[in-house]
Order: sequence, then C-alpha cells, then structure tokens
Amino acid sequence: MSYLPFFVVAWILGVGLYGIVTSRHLVHQIICLIVVQSSTYVLILGVGYVTGAVAPYFYDIPVHTPAVDPVVQALALTDVVVEAAVTALLLAFAIQAHKRFGTLDPHELVQLKG
Amino acid sequence: MTPALRRGMFLVGIAGFLAFYLWGLTRLPGFGRYPGPYGFVVNRIAVGQTNATGVVSAVNFEYRGFDTVGEEFILFAAATGVATVLRRLRDEQEGGRSRAAFGESPSGTTDAIRLASLVFVGPVALFGWFLASHAQTSPSGGFQGGVVLATAFVLIYLAGQFLAFRRVSPADLIDSVGAVGAAGFAAIGLTAVVLGFAYLYNFLPLGTVPGAVSSSGTIALISFFVGIEVAAAFILIVGELVEQTLLVRAEGGDK
Amino acid sequence: MTPQVADALAAGQPMAVVTPYTVQPALMDALQVVLLILVAAGATVVALTRVPVRQTVALSAYGLLLAVLFLAFQAPDVTLSELVVGAVALPILLLLALTRVRRREK
Repeated sequence: MSYLPFFVVAWILGVGLYGIVTSRHLVHQIICLIVVQSSTYVLILGVGYVTGAVAPYFYDIPVHTPAVDPVVQALALTDVVVEAAVTALLLAFAIQAHKRFGTLDPHELVQLKG
Repeated sequence: MTPALRRGMFLVGIAGFLAFYLWGLTRLPGFGRYPGPYGFVVNRIAVGQTNATGVVSAVNFEYRGFDTVGEEFILFAAATGVATVLRRLRDEQEGGRSRAAFGESPSGTTDAIRLASLVFVGPVALFGWFLASHAQTSPSGGFQGGVVLATAFVLIYLAGQFLAFRRVSPADLIDSVGAVGAAGFAAIGLTAVVLGFAYLYNFLPLGTVPGAVSSSGTIALISFFVGIEVAAAFILIVGELVEQTLLVRAEGGDK
Repeated sequence: MTPQVADALAAGQPMAVVTPYTVQPALMDALQVVLLILVAAGATVVALTRVPVRQTVALSAYGLLLAVLFLAFQAPDVTLSELVVGAVALPILLLLALTRVRRREK
C-alpha cells in the first residue's frame, strides 16, 4: 500500500504517452497530454500525504492537529488551472493547423510544408 | 516507419523509462510517511503569523507568493496567445462581415437546456464570487473562484443567447479586466517595496480574528485580483472559441 | 505539535488523534486504494478512446474521479480546482474546438 500511488502514477504516465505516440488526431493527442499532466498531480499529492492527518484548514479544529503538507497542495491547485489555459493555447494552434492544412492527422502534417 | 514498428519501439523505450522512474519513486519514504519539516512548520505557524485559517491559500499568496505571480502570468500569456492566434484567424476569414448576421440561438437548443442554464447563472456567479473572496478561511481561493465565475458567463452562451453573452462580456472590457487583475497582483508586491519592505510582504493590517473575511492582510486582496484575472482569461478563451464556431455556421454549415 | 505526536509520525505509525472528521485509518486506506485503481482504469479508458468527442465525455468523468481521489488525499482545494477545470472548463473548450474543426473533416 505504501507504494501503490507511485505505481498508479507510473501507469497513468505510460498510458498517456502511449496514447500520444499512437494517435491519429491532434485533439486526441491534446487530451492524452492532459492525462499525462494529471499523473503529476497524483504524484505530488501522494508525496505530501501524512497517514491519519486531516486537511490543513484550521477553521474549526485546533491549530496543532496533525495535517497534511499544504505546500504541495498549493503547487497542485495553481497547476491545475494554469494547465487548462495552456491546453486552450494548444487547441488554438490545432485550429490554425486545421485551417492551413485541412487535416488533423499528425502523420500527414509532418509531410506538408507551409 | 510503420505504425507497428513505432508502437514496438515505444513499448521498449517506455519500459526502460518506467523502470528507472519506479526505481527512483520507491526510494522515497513511502506513501503517508511524509518526513520533511517544512510542511509541519508551516502548519504550526501559519495561523499565528497571518491570521488566515486556510493554510494552503496562505502558502499560495504569502509564503510562496512569488511562484503564484509567475503562474498567474503564465495563465495571462496563454490567454493572450489564444486571443492573438484566433483573432488573426478570424480577421483573415471574416473580411468585414457584420456580426449581426449571426442569429440568436443555435438550432437544436431545447427549452429545457435554456431554462436550466438561465436559472443557474445567478447562483453560479454568486458561488464564484464567494470562492474568490474567502481564500483565507476555507478551501477556496482566487483560482477556483475565477473559473467558476467564468462558467457563469459561459452558461449564458449555453442558454442560446450568444448576443447577450457578447453584450455582457465585450472583448475590450474583458481584456482590460484581465489586465487589471494581473497588474494588480504585481502592483501589490510593488507597493510593499515602495513602503520599504520586501516584494509581496504582507503590509496590510492582519485583523484580529483568525479566519474572518477581513483578516490576513494582503492575502484576501491578492485572491480577489487573481479571481478576476482568471475569470477574464477564461471568458476570453471561451469567447474566442465561440466566435470560431460561429464562423463555421455562417459558412453555410450545419449547427 | 507535541513530542509524542512527532515521534509517532517519525516512526510512521497511524495517528490516534480524533477530530470531528477523523475516520478509521483502515477505512481511509481502503477508500484510497479503490480510488487509485479506478483512476488508473479511467486514465486507460481516456487514452484508448480514439474518437475525440467520446474522449471528451470520458475526460469529464475522469476529472470527477480525480477530484474524489484528491478529496481522499485530504486536499479540498485541489478537489475544487480539478472539479471546475477538469469536469467543466476543459470539456467546454474541447467541444468548442471540435465543433470548429468538424466542418471540413466531412
């Protein structure tokens, strides 16, 4: 149990990369990239977890209650929102590629020239 | 290179990579056995130092505030990039066609969807505002609140009222609101420098009760600016993508 | 943090601190194991679905699963973020982009 999250992280990474490599559609590749990014969220939250501890919000529990690490949660939460905007930028590039070349197949996009 | 050969090469490569990855990960202390002192130290002193009971937001906007400035500007740059790419694409294609030619509701939106979307616009906007303004008390903050606030605007579009969506969020206003949000965050840090402290030092009064809405100094203010910036960025992105889909409809295509 | 709690944490033992939200450690472990396996299965489904529109729906469900997993990891802030982004904002962006490129694919 103490290493199961890390195996799951490695599995998600591998599956996402497999989806990217064997993809025939640019938007499918972008979604597989989202899956790969989600593996890093699970990883850093798994690193910061303390067994038997609660969430680090001391609004109604005493201040010295053992809580999980708040720093990795801060990193993860800004990460999630920012990656959505970067995904939107990738989608804009995919739309432009579709307009220029008429296709979204990465195998065909490689052979066309501007 | 055939697809089967590519897949075989990938499987060999990923097996080697994941072997090294797992070898490194299993040398960590294990899940649940967090050893490092930094998390425990922050948990112990954050409420006393900043009067903010939401320690994650205190870390985000005060202890690691400089990282958050960087992340927010990544968001801002990505939204600006989307606007640049898609607006140029639209100008190449429209060539001065009037936008009033686009009808109000896309065909196929049933009354149930319209009613449900319109009913939820108000509560969702209120909820987004609640999240963005309560960063220091409970699990909330500028980033989540901003996205929920943008979703409220998108619900107007989903209800079939594209013209109302455009009127409520004109492109110029959204651009300026996003810029104000991003600049506001940087300006708070600079104000601290002007007053003689370090960049992003918490110089506002900290309040008396830990966890009240008016406590924790600059954390609440920064969370507000981040909220409006994230909301403006997402409304901008969705607005540009929606205009692209309307181009498809105006070309004589289906819905 | 009291010295006893610090010693127990350093030795890796489960805590016996009781708050209004404390669950038996075994139950929390079981919940986390189930959710981790579901997340791994969900990621496989999302990556192996080839049609992008169906993959978007799968991504929305995967975002919901991830949000519940983050909640089991005692991270409610990350849950909120992942919920609004992964289950709402990202599918909206993807479906709008797919509508834009669908026209000439026919």
